[in-house]
Amino acid sequence: MIVDPLYDPGDPLPPLPGHSSRGRLERVLRSGKFAVTAELNPPDSADPREVFERALVLSEVCDAINATDASGANTHMSSVGICSLLTRAGYAVIMQISCRDRNRIAIQGDVLGAAAMGVSNILCLTGDGVQAGDQPGAKPVFDLDSTSLLETIRTMRDEKRFLSGRKITVPPAVLLGAAANPFAPPYDYRPIHLGKKVAAGAQFIQTQYCYDIPLLERFMARVRDLDLHKKCFILVGVGPLASAKTARWMRTNVPGVHIPDQVIARLEGAQKQKLEGKNLCIELIQQIREIEGVAGVHVMAYRQEELVSDVISASGIMKNRQPRPQARRPAKERIA
Amino acid sequence: MGMYAVRLWSVRHSRLLESFYQGFERIIVRLDPLWKRIGYERLEQPVAAVERQVKGLLFDCQMCGQCALSSTGMSCPMNCPKNLRNGPCGGVRANGHCEVKPEMKCVWVKAWEGSQQMLEGKAILDVQKPVDNTLKGHSSWLRVAREKAGARAQPEGRAS
Repeated sequence: MIVDPLYDPGDPLPPLPGHSSRGRLERVLRSGKFAVTAELNPPDSADPREVFERALVLSEVCDAINATDASGANTHMSSVGICSLLTRAGYAVIMQISCRDRNRIAIQGDVLGAAAMGVSNILCLTGDGVQAGDQPGAKPVFDLDSTSLLETIRTMRDEKRFLSGRKITVPPAVLLGAAANPFAPPYDYRPIHLGKKVAAGAQFIQTQYCYDIPLLERFMARVRDLDLHKKCFILVGVGPLASAKTARWMRTNVPGVHIPDQVIARLEGAQKQKLEGKNLCIELIQQIREIEGVAGVHVMAYRQEELVSDVISASGIMKNRQPRPQARRPAKERIA
Repeated sequence: MGMYAVRLWSVRHSRLLESFYQGFERIIVRLDPLWKRIGYERLEQPVAAVERQVKGLLFDCQMCGQCALSSTGMSCPMNCPKNLRNGPCGGVRANGHCEVKPEMKCVWVKAWEGSQQMLEGKAILDVQKPVDNTLKGHSSWLRVAREKAGARAQPEGRAS
């Protein structure tokens, strides 16, 4: 029987030479297909069904689901918890690890635990400052930074040892990702910084929300000069804006989000702002796809997951892609 | 504010400070036999006190004990509220100010500017290891003197 390498999103896939992980995202990326990842908004709840409901919507239109780690420094269900639920249910996940809340001892343990659960992709983040969230009195940890975190996990994976040098018997087979923000100063250092992350172990990149194509093009031109697009897979962040008001709120309150005035004006001038936001997002995806060196998009829809599927279908990026079977829902007793 | 102004001055004069430090380092490494005779342990406290004063004034040095100024354009990364030692986070504001402290210029925006003027500015590309918290409060100068002198004494091809 011939097994389609993209078939089952659940069980670890057979190892392939040259691959770091046994996950489907790496296969999609390495096969040269335009990849789509999407962010799951973590629930403020202990109910696993909320995670499954949101994952089901996303999984039909993307190659892997990002489990955020208290993004914006707001407490939600943890990325470890979400990944535990989703890997058991057969989803392909990208576990986000932020350096804000845990030190190197905790993080290295989480990496082993995650890989043991079947997590094939880890996104290494610095994390938003605690001032951005609902608990500004929290102690910021920042024991590692995103770059040293990348190097730490790469060492665990490739050299089979912890930062201390102590041996690991079975290393975590994960594809390593990092974030990039081409839309924040120092603009001319950003591509160089990306190179530094690649040198530290980043294999894929998910960028901050893109609403400024010229700025992205400038960034990508430098990235191509440095040949970085051949050394990592770059997925550009996109997301539908619900209204001009939301856009204003985001650019003031979410660290690192850049939304040009013209975008806000366009939303403001529209009869139906939500529809305009969706159309804008679809246009952005189509423009981003044309940029040389872009390997995919990362869709984030703040509190409007139902839109993600619309946006992705309408953009046509998943056209000609074989629809995947729905992931297995675990039996109720397995969740309980 | 006074201290902050001096810190910005230091980044603007990163090239000058780089040359000065290179000369200074050569001297302290060469004086290793003297430090050995006095005893590095005995020197630790007084030298750390001087280092704290000098670098505190120039860079708002936090005495991490593993100075990275030469790789960070003379802008001390320990003044980044996230202690980032490998580059800016994604939260830098459009005006180049810090996400956490909006009144402060991003330490890494300054680091990039500073590194552009330095002879060895390319050092900003080096991936820095995680901070070793056991070195906090210790003298970086003495550590450099001891390590570089030690490395020089080692025959070629043999790491310490």
